[in-house]
Amino acid sequence: MLRMLGLPNPASAHANELDALMAMTHWLMAGMFVVWAAFFVAVLWRFRSGARTKADYHGTRGLASTLAVCAVIVEAFLIIAHAYPVWATRAAAPPSEAVVVRVVGEQFAWNVHYPGADGFFGRTTLGLIDPDNPLGLDRRDPVAADDITTVNQLVLPVGRPVVIRLSSKDVIHSFAIPEMRVKHDAVPGIDGPLWFTPTRIGEYEVVCSQLCGLAHYRMRAAVSIKSPADFQAFLTEEASRPR
Amino acid sequence: MTAPVHGSASFWRTYVFSQDHKVVGIQYAVTGLLFLLLGFTLMMIMRWQLAYPLRPIPIIGGWLGSANAPGGIMLPEFYNQLGAMHGTIMVFLGVVPLAVGGFGNFVMPLQIGASDMAFPKMNMASYWVYLCGGLIMVASFFVTGGAAQSGWTSYPPLAVIAPGQTLWLIGMVLLITSSLLGSINTIVTVVQLRAPGLTWMRLPFFVWAQFVTAFLLLLAFPPLEAAGALQLMDRLAGTSFFMPSGLVVTGQPLPISGGGNPLLWQHLFWFLAHPEVYVLILPAMGIVAEVIANNTRKPLWGYRALVYAVGFLGFMSMTVWAHHMYMTGMGTTMSTFFQITTMVISIPSVVILTVLMLSLWGGSIRFTTPMLFALAFLPMFGLGGLTGLPLGLAPTDIPLHDTYYVIGHFHYVVAPGTIFALFAGIYYWFPKATGRMMHEGLGRIHFWGSLICMNIVFMPMFIQGLGGMNRRLYDGGLQYAHNAPLLKWHVVIAMAAWTLGLFQLPFIANFFGSLKWGTPVDRNPWHATTLEWLAPSPPGHGNFQTIPTAYRGPYEYSVPGAATDFTPQFEPDAQ
Repeated sequence: MLRMLGLPNPASAHANELDALMAMTHWLMAGMFVVWAAFFVAVLWRFRSGARTKADYHGTRGLASTLAVCAVIVEAFLIIAHAYPVWATRAAAPPSEAVVVRVVGEQFAWNVHYPGADGFFGRTTLGLIDPDNPLGLDRRDPVAADDITTVNQLVLPVGRPVVIRLSSKDVIHSFAIPEMRVKHDAVPGIDGPLWFTPTRIGEYEVVCSQLCGLAHYRMRAAVSIKSPADFQAFLTEEASRPR
Repeated sequence: MTAPVHGSASFWRTYVFSQDHKVVGIQYAVTGLLFLLLGFTLMMIMRWQLAYPLRPIPIIGGWLGSANAPGGIMLPEFYNQLGAMHGTIMVFLGVVPLAVGGFGNFVMPLQIGASDMAFPKMNMASYWVYLCGGLIMVASFFVTGGAAQSGWTSYPPLAVIAPGQTLWLIGMVLLITSSLLGSINTIVTVVQLRAPGLTWMRLPFFVWAQFVTAFLLLLAFPPLEAAGALQLMDRLAGTSFFMPSGLVVTGQPLPISGGGNPLLWQHLFWFLAHPEVYVLILPAMGIVAEVIANNTRKPLWGYRALVYAVGFLGFMSMTVWAHHMYMTGMGTTMSTFFQITTMVISIPSVVILTVLMLSLWGGSIRFTTPMLFALAFLPMFGLGGLTGLPLGLAPTDIPLHDTYYVIGHFHYVVAPGTIFALFAGIYYWFPKATGRMMHEGLGRIHFWGSLICMNIVFMPMFIQGLGGMNRRLYDGGLQYAHNAPLLKWHVVIAMAAWTLGLFQLPFIANFFGSLKWGTPVDRNPWHATTLEWLAPSPPGHGNFQTIPTAYRGPYEYSVPGAATDFTPQFEPDAQ
């Protein structure tokens, strides 16, 4: 079923669990529809006016309540056994050993902010925002000295939880990486965390998933999932870049 | 009672500024159909851009103006306008006015044996306010900056800073005002003006559906009217109801006070817009129930279950709105609450669909044109409902949210669902409204063409959505690697959409041609049982020649021992 559904190739730790729920839901839907449609067609054929000139005043005896009870049971099962636990892991606090990155959306780019070796994000202020400093990072702040910023380029290590602290400078954007099965709205004024654990080295894309204006259709960023060594090399190289 | 109240009224009073519920209903229906055609046309233009991005639009490309499509090539701002206005027009100017204003106004008073709505002047006002709102919406295409371009959902801050939104908001406030006037009228009419003997459990299901719909309009629409006024203030008066502090747009801090919350708009919008879905679907279910009972020649099976289910559905529809907002950073408790309510609301839907299908069992089914549309509603609405399941569960919503899967889902509910039911209603009540039948052969061409084309349009959207293709992309998703294998479906969808357009021509020809050449009919051409078939076709002002009395339930077909296979509500017992 999963192959038939054609979801993008999964690349994060929670993707399999989520995909299993997706497949199960679609099996259920397909099963219900096929049985139901077969019954529908059979009834139309059997009770066509060509075959029966006189209708039966009483019709059938009830199945409706049985079907409704079945629907309750199945849906309760889906929520309790699957939807609740999967969502709970998504909404729960991320593990403490995670890599933390800030991502700030704007029309029409994704700004990426790494805290650098000290693990603290430098202060940002509105007044400092200019084309060379889209985040308004205050380099006079001592903890800002080692911060790394990129535009439309997100590099992350494989096999470690990643926390994205997501926000926006102007309108609502939505940060999605289809293969990672993550999607989260970047709402201005809200610093929303989302987290996931990449499991495959490779190149992916951030897709803006909330209409954000004229160039929404091309608001994309490159995502590179690298080995821990390559990730470290990336950080070192970026840190040594003159600014 | 029998003499027309405005017997010598002028042409204007009779046909234009009329207070007769039938004239108002027909005005609503024709205006709604025209808006449906307009909204569909916008989509047929958009589909060119999706199928063949950045290629000049043939034939009509030059008519769109250099501000929208220089050289016939659509600009992204125009694409966004078409998208926002397609949704707005289809929902607020097309389907709701046709389903509630058209059918509700024309059929409901006749079905309850009333001579008119309770407040005829308010009824007239409601139509004209709606028309003003609609014209303002359409006029927004022709002002500088164009029409609204932030989606039919109009999320701030984008909607507050983007061009074109002001007229949309003013239009929306008028449309909601019109709905409020209509809903109060419907509620009072159903409560007060039922014919003698027409007890609650003898009401045709269509009347129940309109009654519950009116409560939804009354209770769920005012929040968006208020929100619309607030967003208008954010745009015009510099307030910040939906604008947080610290916004920087294209490098410049916005000169606003800030402190607002963009999510507040989403809550208010969806508090309207989810019940709105049921405003679209309940009248459709009502029409389908009438047509099925008439064409199976037997009573609806489980009438009481239908009535309770529709009431429960209406109530529950106001508790599910935030399932549109799982991606905004919702915690586990909230998401669980809305997942549960979303699953609970599927239960009355299952009951209604099952009751309608089991009603077929034991019938002697006539496949008339209205029946074909009503029957197709069942599996099509079923598909729409089923595909709501993975969207209603928060985890599976993650990959599907804002993709074409969502588009496929709600279009199955509304297009081959609701709109098919509305077509069924048009073919079914056309003889009552005009005294002439519509042509069966043209009706069948219209039905089969529409059914096949609609499925070719909407089915591939599930494939695209599961593959991760987002909605609302100007170039159809050309920029992204994961969309590459999905792009070919855009061409298929476009071809089917344009063919679907062609298959509406038999309907248009049939609609106008039958006014002149349709077979004339007497009062009750379908051999139906409800009260509207007692009135002349078309009914004069005041509807009935004598006040009708209801002697029995609405669907007494094939009563054992009866001389004919239908025993109308208005026929006294033999003894």
